[in-house]
Amino acid sequence: MITPAMVLSAILFVVGTFGVLVRRNAIIMFLCIELQLNAVNLAFIALSRIWGIDGQVFVFFVMTVAAAEAAVGLAIIISIFRHYETVNVDNFNLLKW
Amino acid sequence: MVDILFYVFAAVAIGSAFGVVTARTPVGSLLFMVATLASLAGVYVLLEAHFIAAVQIIVYAGAIMVLFLFVIMLLNLGHEYRRDLQGGVAAVLSFMIVGTLAGLLARQFRGEVALDAVSAPGGQAIDAALIRHGAVGAIGQSLFTDYLVPFEITGILLLVAIVGALVLAKRKVP
Repeated sequence: MITPAMVLSAILFVVGTFGVLVRRNAIIMFLCIELQLNAVNLAFIALSRIWGIDGQVFVFFVMTVAAAEAAVGLAIIISIFRHYETVNVDNFNLLKW
Repeated sequence: MVDILFYVFAAVAIGSAFGVVTARTPVGSLLFMVATLASLAGVYVLLEAHFIAAVQIIVYAGAIMVLFLFVIMLLNLGHEYRRDLQGGVAAVLSFMIVGTLAGLLARQFRGEVALDAVSAPGGQAIDAALIRHGAVGAIGQSLFTDYLVPFEITGILLLVAIVGALVLAKRKVP
């Protein structure tokens, strides 16, 4: 079941990448990044069947970093929304050339 | 039986992942994401990662997704009934990037030997640890001995994230 799980992980990662590239809503882009993180978690857990329990420990750390990233990222989105009244990333072009 | 369950969970996960990308409203996207996370937890159980499956439901689907839901509700984003997809050159470019990525990943699976989850060496070690220490003890044994320093640093990371989120989201008092 390891190879099908890796294939599922690859599919989820590609779908998440597509979402990050194609959506303009900052919150949905965040959700798609979470999808990518989950795809990597699935790969870690599938490969922990070969390399031992370390993979599951790494998933633990990835989840912690994802929680921290979601908290800080959503705080940034709230603070940007107060300024621009939108979360559409097309409007955040101050640093664009 | 286990294989059938795996394919059911995998189908739900992939279908809901497409739902996350294509949903019309942020709330719909988020509910599809919860479905993806729940079916991934099912896959984790099938791969004998019981504690991670529980943490996935409690922390990811419970806490992080509710945080997203709070922000969506707080910003009142639930009423934009149109897909905000990139158009034109950006869409073509993203299709090209995703196609390249999918091709590169698909090449990795060409001629791959199907590994059996039961007979794999690490799997046997995990099963032995599960019998000796239980689902929580098996991962805790490793987390509090080999990975103690990273675990402590994780605590500092969470503290920094709390302080950072407060500072960023706090309304500036004039």
